Amino acid sequence: MTTPPLKDWPLWEVFVRSKQGLEHKHCGSLHAADARQALHLARDVYTRRQEGVSIWVVPSAAITASNPDDKAELFDPAADKIYRHPSFYDIPDDVGHM
Amino acid sequence: MYTQAMDVPDGSNPAASAPDSGSPQQRAHFDATIAADGRIEPQDWMPEAYRQTLLRQISQHANSEIVGMLPEGNWISRAPSLKRKAILIAKVQDEGGHGLYLYGAAETLGTSRADMIAALHSGRAKYSSIFNYPALSWADVGVIGWLVDGAAIMNQIPLCRCSYGPYARAMIRICKEESFHQRQGFDALLAMMRGTPAQQAMVQDAVNRWWWKCLAMFGPPDADSEHSAQSMRWGIKRIGNDELRQQFIDATVPQAEVLGVTLPDPELKWNAERSHYDHGAIDWEEFRSTLAGYGPCNRERLATRVAAHENGRWVREAALAHARKQQQRNTEDAS
Repeated sequence: MTTPPLKDWPLWEVFVRSKQGLEHKHCGSLHAADARQALHLARDVYTRRQEGVSIWVVPSAAITASNPDDKAELFDPAADKIYRHPSFYDIPDDVGHM
Repeated sequence: MYTQAMDVPDGSNPAASAPDSGSPQQRAHFDATIAADGRIEPQDWMPEAYRQTLLRQISQHANSEIVGMLPEGNWISRAPSLKRKAILIAKVQDEGGHGLYLYGAAETLGTSRADMIAALHSGRAKYSSIFNYPALSWADVGVIGWLVDGAAIMNQIPLCRCSYGPYARAMIRICKEESFHQRQGFDALLAMMRGTPAQQAMVQDAVNRWWWKCLAMFGPPDADSEHSAQSMRWGIKRIGNDELRQQFIDATVPQAEVLGVTLPDPELKWNAERSHYDHGAIDWEEFRSTLAGYGPCNRERLATRVAAHENGRWVREAALAHARKQQQRNTEDAS
């Protein structure tokens, strides 16, 4: 044995498509030794009541997340660009639905 | 199934001991989020005492779920019919899943599941004291569903609005599944109450033994609970122990009437002035002693839990060894 024993199986994030036509949605995480086992466990843990028709599992370590400290820098600039929303424009009533 | 106003002290006192690293801005942001009834997420700054309180509560909750599998698990092979057996297996499997959701939520606070399980097995971490009582007859399995899970649901619904996002989300999932647990218990008891006098007596006996323990699950009176007040201020806890206990009693009395069982409290009666049921005094000495490790099954539960973990060790290790071998093979193929 050259590899040090892991205390826990690695962590995976689980995404479930609830029905055909909808997107996969994050629903939780679990520990598993490999991808195949992660899929198997996700099926047992997250779809016992027909919650899904398809599952994705992603190693949690593979996810890159935005830094909460950058929140202002990243998202605040959108706050003053209200012209990006349709409600910014006054269209005469006579035009009807647009 | 879980619980009691979990967060029972386990020797540490985070509120007193935890120094904070945050800047005044971070602290102000946290306070404003809590004041506005917003949610705290894992990467957000939080006071160390908030983190420690949640960690203790969520891990105690998770521990309760998996220890809670034991009293009922014992009855799977003795369920009276294939239908009841299938239902019980599904319920016990749910408890395992609930434990997993909760360990996952606790891990977002910077601990590992292995450490939490080690703390449980060494006796350092607590679990709900309700599981330290034996399930003596099949009626106990029904009563655990009806009353223990019923009390747990009362406790858990407000936790769906907890200020810590991952805990609240786990609780929403758990509450959705928990309703079946209570109903199957009531259903099993109803079947027995329509049966022979011996079966009816079994149900009454089980209710007599569990009723007071269930009332204690809500935790000590608010007046005696300093933890409780801080958790309320942080939005971890939303409703006080006494109010939840009262809700549970008010909801349960009519159900007991339908079932045809007597709740073992001579002082239990409707108070028109309060529009609530009055009840007799709870034996807190017994509760504390069970929590401290002197209940009838504390040793047995922990020993069974540890044995299950140890007996499964080879499976966990084999799965990892297999995963490593596969990975190695893939890299060799690629080169």
